Amino acid sequence: MDFTFIIDKLPVFALGAVMTIELTVLSIIFGSILGLIAALAKISKKKPLVYAASFYTWIIRGTPLLVQLYFIYYGLPKVGIELDPFPAAVIGMSICGGAYITEIIRAGIESIDKGQMEAARSLGMSYLQAMRRVIIPQALRRMLPPMGNEFIALLKDSSLVSTIAMVELMRTATQINAATFKSIEAFFAAGVFYLFLTTIFTVIFNRLEHKLSIN
Amino acid sequence: MALLSLKNISVAYGKNVVLKNLNLDVEKGELVSLLGPSGCGKTTTLRLIGGFVEAKNGRFVFNGKDYTKIPVHKRNFGFVFQNYALFPHLTVFDNVAFGLKQRNIPKNEIKKRVMEILETVGLKDYADRSPRELSGGQKQRVALARALVIQPDLLLLDEPLSNLDAKLRVKMRLEIRKIQQEYNITAIYVTHDQEECFSISDRVAVMNNGVIEQLDTPQKIYNLPRTEFVANFVGFENFIELELEAKERGGGGFYKLKNGQRFKVTHFNGREYERYVKGAIRPEEIDILNEGGGKETNTLKGIIGISTFLGKHYQYVVETEVGRLLVNGSAHKRYEKGERVTLYFPEDKIVLV
Ligand SMILES: Nc1ncnc2c1ncn2[C@@H]1O[C@H](COP(=O)(O)OP(=O)(O)OP(=O)(O)O)[C@@H](O)[C@H]1O
Ligand SMILES: [Mg+2]
Repeated sequence: MDFTFIIDKLPVFALGAVMTIELTVLSIIFGSILGLIAALAKISKKKPLVYAASFYTWIIRGTPLLVQLYFIYYGLPKVGIELDPFPAAVIGMSICGGAYITEIIRAGIESIDKGQMEAARSLGMSYLQAMRRVIIPQALRRMLPPMGNEFIALLKDSSLVSTIAMVELMRTATQINAATFKSIEAFFAAGVFYLFLTTIFTVIFNRLEHKLSIN
Repeated sequence: MALLSLKNISVAYGKNVVLKNLNLDVEKGELVSLLGPSGCGKTTTLRLIGGFVEAKNGRFVFNGKDYTKIPVHKRNFGFVFQNYALFPHLTVFDNVAFGLKQRNIPKNEIKKRVMEILETVGLKDYADRSPRELSGGQKQRVALARALVIQPDLLLLDEPLSNLDAKLRVKMRLEIRKIQQEYNITAIYVTHDQEECFSISDRVAVMNNGVIEQLDTPQKIYNLPRTEFVANFVGFENFIELELEAKERGGGGFYKLKNGQRFKVTHFNGREYERYVKGAIRPEEIDILNEGGGKETNTLKGIIGISTFLGKHYQYVVETEVGRLLVNGSAHKRYEKGERVTLYFPEDKIVLV
């Protein structure tokens, strides 16, 4: 293996990695917002909300992310919605991540004793206030481990957006491979970068878990 | 006018009707208990008042206002839950301060009121602890303090002591009663422990199958039950079918038993005369006489069956012409199985149901 070649290309890989992080972090943020809304809809007892949220998670979790990305990037222009690769990638990954996060948040909230909500309500909180101040802080602790897994999965799945012309880590590797035919070096380096990023996420989550379990 | 009125309330879970046209009036400052067997609807009644359960029919009026549709958080009722439901992520102080913060009360005022109530429940030194670090009794006190500190218009308690051991239960119920009277709080207390209920309540509502069978003082419930269910629930083990023969002035009458024997009954629990009734009597109120003893009325011949020793007395199963009865006799003399005796039913100890 040609290590000097890899070191030579490090700045290019680093640029790709920054894009991967950007995509992942944005998708996590939007996906969590989406997931929270859908989770609240699912646990509300209002039938239309429950059906809408269940429909969403059913479709998204039942189809591959790649299909969803192609649908958004190649399909939507046919009905006049043209998106650049970056917004298309963020939208696709957020919608997909959101569906899985929905289930994580729902399970977390439902794991909290019903008495907590009732106690908060009887002390003068509206449903949403009680969710925000009492239920979600407690649920957060239980949601953290599966959330960490989901974030790492999303980070790795972000490699799929290389197929819709997003130049991130994976696409950087394929481009270098195409130009130099140094396949081993190109994909080995990409792999190392992914491993590095997922390790950082794991460490951050472990720290967070540790901190929350102390409080 | 009563502070709280449930008017013809019905509650159903799906097709299962749990409360049936329930009516209840509670006066200001009163502690009313809901007593009854498991599944009779006590918790449901309390949760309806708290706003956690919706009525299918009927109205809930509080302080002259229709509360039927008022959401939980606008009711200003304190709720003490069976499993305490303390907030595990907050300290004792913050648990108690929770409702006050919600009401935008200034910080120093919150501090003052929280410490005051913690002192009342004897937990002043525990303010900074986490609920995890408290015993069951202490948790229950925090729950009580948290509900009281908001100065609720009504205090609702659902079996608040059922997770505590027997000794602590007695201590805590006295404390709850003391605080309730001190603060002049109107309270509704759910329990299925009779002694607890009688000792703490101004009035008791005995529930059965989604209706209140009797709402009365503990003394009246205990001594003058009005229905067979209530009588049975408070320990009247014997029910004898009676048919009215003649009324007596002053609220009594002569009744005929199935075997033709006559009973005189004086002790009326405010009932109208009815032709067919049942006479309820506790095992300890029936006297055992030697065969042939006693007067003509209010006696029955019987044969001693199985007996059990209960410490203070023997309890016998006695076969009579009107059925099997449970009778307590002195611990000094034990009747043998098969012995023939006469049972005497004091006319003022029979309660018509
Ligand atoms: N959430 C619910 N869904 C369906 N049925 C319920 C629900 N809660 C209570 N029930 C039913 O309603 C009836 C009354 O229940 P409730 O909890 O009011 O009884 P209770 O008098 O408090 O009994 P216990 O002494 O066991 O606490 C029971 O038959 C119970 O099975
Ligand atoms: Mg109950």
